[in-house]
Order: sequence, then C-alpha cells, then structure tokens
Amino acid sequence: MEMPTPNPMILAKKDLVVSRLMEVLPEDAVIHAVEETRAYECDALTAYKCPPLAAVLPSSTKEVSDILRICFEEGVPVVPRGSGTSLAGGALPTADSIILGVARLNGVLETNYDDRYIRVQSGRTNLSVSGAVEEEDFFYAPDPSSQLACAIAGNVAMNSGGAHCLKYGVTTNNLLGVTMVLMDGTVVELGGGHLDAGGLDLLGVVCGSEGQLGVVTEATLRILRKPEGARPVLIGFNDNEVAGACVAEIIKEGVLPVAIEFMDRLCIETTEKFARAGYPDCEALLIVEVEGAPAEIDYQLGKIMAIARKYDPVELRESKSAAESAAIWKGRKSAFGAIGQLSDYMCLDGTIPVSALPYVLKRIGELADEYGLRVGNVFHAGDGNMHPLILYDANKPGDLELCENLGADILRLCVEVGGCLTGEHGVGIEKRDLMFSQFDAVDMEVQLWVKDVFDPSWLLNPAKVFPLSVTDTRRAVAMAAE
Amino acid sequence: MLAPTTEAELADAIKSTTGPLRVRGGGTRPLGKPVAGEVLSVAGLSGIELYEPGALTIVAKAGTPLADVEAALAAENQRLSFEPMDHRPIFGTEGTPTIGGVVAGNVSGPRRIQVGACRDSLIGVRFVDGNGTAIKNGGRVMKNVTGYDLVKLMCGAYGTLGVLSEVSFKVLPGIEACSTLSIEGLSVAQAVAAMSKAFGSPYEVSGAAHSLKGEGGAPVTLLRLEGFVDSVAYRAAKLQALLGAGSIESDLDKTRAAWQKVRDAQRFAGTSGDLWRISVKPSDAPGIVAALGSDEVLLDWGGGLIWVELPAGTDARAKIGAFSGHATLVRASETTRAKLSVFQPEPATLAAITKGLRDRFDPRALLNPGLMG
Repeated sequence: MEMPTPNPMILAKKDLVVSRLMEVLPEDAVIHAVEETRAYECDALTAYKCPPLAAVLPSSTKEVSDILRICFEEGVPVVPRGSGTSLAGGALPTADSIILGVARLNGVLETNYDDRYIRVQSGRTNLSVSGAVEEEDFFYAPDPSSQLACAIAGNVAMNSGGAHCLKYGVTTNNLLGVTMVLMDGTVVELGGGHLDAGGLDLLGVVCGSEGQLGVVTEATLRILRKPEGARPVLIGFNDNEVAGACVAEIIKEGVLPVAIEFMDRLCIETTEKFARAGYPDCEALLIVEVEGAPAEIDYQLGKIMAIARKYDPVELRESKSAAESAAIWKGRKSAFGAIGQLSDYMCLDGTIPVSALPYVLKRIGELADEYGLRVGNVFHAGDGNMHPLILYDANKPGDLELCENLGADILRLCVEVGGCLTGEHGVGIEKRDLMFSQFDAVDMEVQLWVKDVFDPSWLLNPAKVFPLSVTDTRRAVAMAAE
Repeated sequence: MLAPTTEAELADAIKSTTGPLRVRGGGTRPLGKPVAGEVLSVAGLSGIELYEPGALTIVAKAGTPLADVEAALAAENQRLSFEPMDHRPIFGTEGTPTIGGVVAGNVSGPRRIQVGACRDSLIGVRFVDGNGTAIKNGGRVMKNVTGYDLVKLMCGAYGTLGVLSEVSFKVLPGIEACSTLSIEGLSVAQAVAAMSKAFGSPYEVSGAAHSLKGEGGAPVTLLRLEGFVDSVAYRAAKLQALLGAGSIESDLDKTRAAWQKVRDAQRFAGTSGDLWRISVKPSDAPGIVAALGSDEVLLDWGGGLIWVELPAGTDARAKIGAFSGHATLVRASETTRAKLSVFQPEPATLAAITKGLRDRFDPRALLNPGLMG
C-alpha cells in the first residue's frame, strides 16, 4: 500500500511543532518520544504501520482548536483517531503527521429524554452511549460489532452501521448534530436537538467523510425507547442460494425484521468449535430477529417461519426465552473472533443488492478456488452488506498480496452487480485504490471540491479515501505552501 | 422554457445556457426567494428505471410523477416511508408533484419523527452540476459509505447545487393497520408533554401532532400507531392507558385522511397570512409558540415542527429571538420573501462553507440563483 513520502521539512522541525503543542496542552497529552508514538502506528488494519511525528490527546474542544490552529500554521498533516478500531486504515498515520486522539473526550454532556437525544464528547465509546441511557430504558441504535471499543468520533467519520440498521438506519440517520473544529481551528456547530438542516445538509456530508473535513469533538445523538421485547429465529439451509432466496421473500412479504444475519458453512463450523452455540451442520444459516410487543413478535416470527418452511430448512429453531436468544446470537457474535483463532483474515465490507446474493456467493466461492484461498461469509443479509472473510497466512511470503488481490476482485464483483465497495467500514487506505471501479474521475472530482471547501490546505487525513493519483496535485500544493 | 427529456439533453441545456435558470419539477412547490430566469423543466425526464421489491429499492428519473412512484410501490404493498407532504393545498398550486421535487426540498411528513426524512430514505442520486457535467453519488444499496455522501447534500439543496436527473430510495413494506389516539383540550405545554411521554414508551408512535384549533375549534392532540392489526390494537390500548386519556379511531380510511391533513398542513389551505415552518427541540415548542403570539398553529413531530400562520410581513425570527433550530418562510408574497430571508440565516463560518460549495458546484451561478438566500 503506497503512502505519500513524508515531507522532510516537517520531519526536520519536529521539536518546534512539539514545543508549540506543549504550550497549549498538558505535558502528558503530547506523546513524542519515538518508542511511545509506536502505540499509534496503526489501527485495526494491522498490516500497515507507521509511527506518527507525535500524538496528542486533547481534553476539550478548545484544546482541539489550539492543536489544529498550530498544525495549520506549521503545515503539518493531522490524522484524527477515535479508538483505533478502523478495519480500513482510516487512522493510519504518516511519519510527518500528528495523530489527534479523542480518547480523553469521553464525557456525557446532556441527556434529554423529553426530546430524545444525548449529547456526548466524541471519544465516548458506542456501547457506553447506550449505557448512559439504559436506566431509563433508552438506547442508541447503531451497533457496530466493535461497539465495546469504538468511539462515536469514528462512527461519525465512517458512518458506521451494525446488525440492526435494517430497521434503525446507520449513524447518519441517528446523528442530530456535531461540534466540529475545522483545520484552521475554527469551531462550528451543525444541527442540534432539532431535526434537519435549515440550509444545505452539511451535517449529512460531514458524516462519513472519514475525518477529512473537520474533527468532531461533540455529537448530539438520537436515542430511542427500547422495544418491549425481541426474539430471533434460527434457520438452517443446505444451500446458500436457497437461503438468499428466503431472505428476499421475507423482505418482500412485508415483515421488517430488525436483523437478518447470514453465516456460511466455514463460519458455522468454525464458530461452532469456538463458541459451541449448538448450530446445525449445514451450508447456510440465517438468524432473523424481530422486536416489539409480545403479540407482534409472535405474529412476525410466525410469518417468517411460514416463509422459511417453503424453502425446506434443515433446522428451524424459534427462541422462546432470553437464554435461547442468547444461545442463537452467541455463535454469530463470536464469528470474527473464532475465525481469528483459526487464521489471519481480512474482512471485506462490500454491499450488494439483496437480489444478487445467490450469484455473488457463488462467484466468491469460484474466485476463492481460483486463488487457492478460503473465504467465509458472515454478514447482514437484510441490507446486502457482505462481510467475506478471506483467510491467509501472514507469515507466508506473498499470501497477504494474494489475499488483497482476491479481496479487490470480490469488491469489484460487488460493484459490478450494482453494489458498492464499502457498506459501513469506510474506504480509508484499504479500498482507496479501488475507487475508480465505482466512480469515474468526474464523480470523484466533485467529492474533492467538498474537501477543498472545508479543508483548503488539504492537511486533514489527506492520504485517505481517494487514490493518491487523484489527490497528488492538491497535496503537493499544501506541501509547497508549507 | 428548456424541456430536456434525457440526462444528456439536460447536461447540454445547462452547458449551453448563459443566463440564470429556474429549475422546475412539477411546479407545485414555489418555495424560496423569487428567482428570475428561464424555466428549466425536468418533467420530461420521467419513468421508473428499476424496482426490486425483494431488495426494498426503487430508482426513478427525477421528473417521474410522485403518484406514479407511489402507485408502483403500492402494487407490491410497499411505500416511501417518509410520507412526503403535498404542497398544493397550502400554495394553491396545480400540477403534478415529481419525485425530484420531493428530493430537492427534502420533503417529508409526520413519520419523519419515526423513520427519518426524505434524506434518510434517499440512497442515490444522479445530477447535472452548473458546468453541465453529469455526476453520480450513492447508488442502489441501502448501506454505502464509499466516498463522501453527496446524496444528503443534494437532498434539500433546492436545485441550487445541481439539477437532479435520477433518484434512488430505500422503501418499506406497506402498513396493515393504523390507529389514532386523539386527546382534546390540552394546552401546548400539556400536548408536548403527552407526545414526549408517548415517544418515551415502547409503543412505537409513528406520528404525533397537535392543533391549537381542531375541527370543532378546541385543541386536539393526535398520536398514530401503525403496524400489524393485533399489535396496533394492543399498543393503542396501552398508550391510552399510559396517557390516561383520549379516544381511539381505528378505521383505516379515516385515520389516513386525518394524517394526510396533518402532513399537508391543510388547515392553512386558502388562508392569506404568511406561513412559517419552524424546526425546534420539542420541549422548546411551548415557549416559542407563546412568543409567536398566534393561535394559527399546528405542531407536528411531537412538537419538533411548528407550522404557524402570521400576519403578512411579520418576521417570525424577530419574535422568537435566539433559538436552537431553524425557521423557514414557506409561503408569503414575493415582496416579503425578497425582504425576509426564506431560509434561516447561517452563522458566518457556515455561510462561507455554503458559498464555497455553491461556487464550485455552480460557478456561473445559473441554478436557481439566490433561491436559498
């Protein structure tokens, strides 16, 4: 993966930059010793590493503003970092960049049940947002798998999803407002406790902009009252394509489950060894969860099971209790960990039209055979967000490259059938060089205009999202200005 | 009038024009500051391009009549969940609302409070910018974080950043049953408190409105529940018990008609005052309604949306003072719309960003110039 050559002039003035940052931050908030900056050398895409020039850990919007103003004046690139759980390399630094970590910005600023929102600092973890409103039986809906660790800042940057977005939407649908600092240190407020924008929907474009437009320090999030209950049904099939067809019919028949999760044989077998969830021995497994009042759950599960029976399932297991529900979810929730025990893996995130599911699963199998690699599939079937897991051996020379090439082929397949490269993880560096398979130069140039407006100096997370060849003129101008 | 019938013709029309253009779908929503210029009608770009009920997705050309989209969806027992408002009653306009017009204005209805606005269901756009270049963003899948989300930026931009040529939506299954719990005689503060309590319950309220003058002249608060028959009956009874008041109407046609009136702000049809639409935190609504000093008020979104009619030329923002939210002058004379800002004025830093975006998307200032102020 190519990254821009570090600017020697910035490397040469590290001491100056660090001392200026020390003037506006407590001593322990500036990490500059080489051995300590290693803690920030990568995020969850661990195949790529580079220690930053320094890392800073501000505790207030004011400190973030001071940091950005200094970096702006010194022409130093800034890479914002939430909890470092990005699978796309969104928080990967370059040697001439400052990592701006929001981990210390973790407070709850306001909970408002009457107006149904919570205002938090952006370093707060996703799960602890729900935790803060749990005693009143409220919750924050987007639930990425990494929710125990991932920060709201990263959720906003990547527009994160989760298992339940078929009903509740993704981050952008649950984000009401942000406090954001622009690269020159200016603090702006977008949205708030009210709905929708009074002018252009700038909040909508900030969400999912991968930390390239500003650093979000506070977020106003919609909270919802928990449903009365939720129960899943587990359905096993002896054929992937049949499972895919069953998903499409469930949706078409007017039932809207909160989640439809899909696992293939490799994932079923692996998680079964690891978690012993009691999954059946079969080719494909669906977990379909519905929620609401007890009568509503009964009715919807009844409808779903009637549809499933038409597809000749090898197993149809309706949860009757919280313990049975937990057992059904146990394997799915440990799937990534289980695969990780088995092998190194790369997790893809392409999204496809649900109707293309059977074809895409078949093609992924064929591609895997061609490359001689194994691929497991575990994903959100209701919304077509695939997570093929490509198994490889990091210690075997050439295996990572082989795996990346297969990954690129699978993502191109997703785009070919009408889908996209990434449904919830973001582009980062991982999918950066595949952007031309989804967008032409014109489609991409228009997106660059947006960055030109928010960050004319091109210093915020500059080497991400777009192929370097598309942004090099702009980044060169920024470098020359320095 | 320019009337392209394909995206290529639309691009050529914009490329070769030299003067300002008034972009028009069905011409039913004359919202914004008056714009001078030649009419560019998108109505000729019509037709549903793709509809996959099993994938909950529909793609249509921007000039497609909204009614055609809704009819196609209804045939498969699906719908646009955000129930776009019909502006014809309040504007007294005729013509055919288009799906592109819905997107350009981020037009939503009472269900916005539960399922989101038009912008939340919109998953892809194609548009032609002010240079005459055709651009795509988003797509036809409901989870997509590939590149920046210009879909949101285009939704509610009133054609000022580009002219929409094609739009894609996530749709939802149709509704089997609907009940309305109505409570009479509440003050604004009591109504907002009741609506907040309802949203704080697990009964999945899909609409919450309050009119200061109901059909009989007394204030009335409406709470809507939708879903499967048994579930709606159960939740309506539970909600009635929770609030300790109200009567339940379960006739599907009657409830639909009542909510259509709310959706379209029909009580302001044919009236002569200026009409404002104000988005606020629900709990701020009682104070703001008092400051506005008018009884001609309809609250939607649990109090988060205030429709108010004021005497012609009144500046609602001056009456309210500083508040968190935004006020739009929806209906007023051309003189008033030219004088008062139709859209909420932005702080200088945001105004600079907005201007920067306009300068890039429409460098010749051709597309509805000045419409958004």
